[in-house]
Amino acid sequence: MAGNLNPKRTSEFPKSEGGFVREVAHRVFAAEFRESNLQAKDGHDQYSPSYLLTPTGVKVNRIFVVGTLTEKEDIGTEAQFWRGRIVDPTGAFFVSAGQYQPEAAQVLAKTTPPEFIAVIGKPSTYTTKEGNVLTSIRAESLQIVDAATRDRWVVDCAKHTMERLERLKGDNPDAVKAKEHYSTNVEHYRAMVAQAIESLAK
Amino acid sequence: MKEIATKIEARFCELGVKVQPDEIETRLDQLINKFKVPPEEARRNVINYFLKVHNIPRTEFFEKRETPQVKTSEIKEDGKWVTVRGKIVQLWESNQESIAQAGLLGDESGTIKFTKWTKAGLPSVEEGKSYLFKNVITSEWQGQFNIKLNKTSEIIPLKEDIEVGSTPVEFSGAIVDVQSGSGLIKRCPECNRALVKGACGEHGKVEGIYDLRIKAVLDDGEKVQDILLNREITEALIGITLDKAKEMATEALDQAVVLDFIKNRLVGRYFMVSGAKLDRFILVETIKQDVRPIDEDIKRLLATPVAQEA
Repeated sequence: MAGNLNPKRTSEFPKSEGGFVREVAHRVFAAEFRESNLQAKDGHDQYSPSYLLTPTGVKVNRIFVVGTLTEKEDIGTEAQFWRGRIVDPTGAFFVSAGQYQPEAAQVLAKTTPPEFIAVIGKPSTYTTKEGNVLTSIRAESLQIVDAATRDRWVVDCAKHTMERLERLKGDNPDAVKAKEHYSTNVEHYRAMVAQAIESLAK
Repeated sequence: MKEIATKIEARFCELGVKVQPDEIETRLDQLINKFKVPPEEARRNVINYFLKVHNIPRTEFFEKRETPQVKTSEIKEDGKWVTVRGKIVQLWESNQESIAQAGLLGDESGTIKFTKWTKAGLPSVEEGKSYLFKNVITSEWQGQFNIKLNKTSEIIPLKEDIEVGSTPVEFSGAIVDVQSGSGLIKRCPECNRALVKGACGEHGKVEGIYDLRIKAVLDDGEKVQDILLNREITEALIGITLDKAKEMATEALDQAVVLDFIKNRLVGRYFMVSGAKLDRFILVETIKQDVRPIDEDIKRLLATPVAQEA
């Protein structure tokens, strides 16, 4: 429709109509992220984004996490390559930042754990020799935040997870795919959310 | 059915045509009860039949219905017939034969895209002039609404000039990115455009004027929203003035320190903004850290699993 029009002032057109849409940063708890192992791709060419489909049926191409940085380590041989462990009420995320994420690496380098950290990044998976899939986050940005932001994230993440569990009942294609692949136990994830929220109520 | 028949009769009566109610009812009855046609479809069929019999053009029968006049910001539903009063803010060149004119029209509440089909055979509109657009249909594309002018639509030129305004929108979420081109920047003294490597896209190498601004992305886990903060809002939010920012940059011999400072304060935190919507941006008028209490949410979430099992 609008794509066939030739605007005099191109700035009047939202970028999304040109085909580029920024991926939403999804909120996923560590326990659910750790159990994710299904990678999917929309479309077939090399530019189509790839996703990690989680057990509650969200296709994650970007993730937003706030937790406590408890450990960090430079595992790079020549260039710096930082790896960190970020803990939320349900478990731990592994986060990495190397030479292609200089800003995130820099922040991770100068931060002394324990500290509240917010991470925006891309999910990545690694399959071990035994065939287990390990998930981690390749950080795009990483910043120190306060305790209030961390609590707000737990609530935010809980809300989104509950909505996804609700959607699992329906015939949303991602929900169907997730149920097929993971045989998602809704009660298990509901308990995970409850545990996260209860940790705040104390 | 009786009701439908009476309505049809009344409408034909207004047009000065006498139609036998019995005849309407018989036809309706046959379609609805014998041939299982849905009532709405049957009504349409019967009306068309009598229009043909009495040689009345379709447009005459239907156009008399007045569509509600709405503000552009109130258009939030697909496939509604409405009337809009607005000014042509912009016309776009169209290279499609089926489209006569397309562009942006605005009223006090905001702007909306419009398309005028060639088939509609309507008069041309001019940029900067105000019109009453009667009987236009709303449609949705990629979450944005627009209106279409077709052959049942009418364009009435207005003498007055409509002031185009905007309705503030609100968004809350976490800032997930502060984009390059934020922080301490230089602008072209001629056209105010941001300089890239000391050069303006239009005027080339110029002596730039310093400015402070933020281009960032808010994300609520469902949608992303680009936001734009001008100097005044940026200064208030991060607590440093343009002069202070210049000082910081001079000291570090690097403009990027200001950007780092901004990222450090904003990324990963929750904010609430309001402002006017422009394309994909919100031009931020107010921004504050989201500190709404979360206790209520916690209580509600704790209660949810129990409620669902019941």
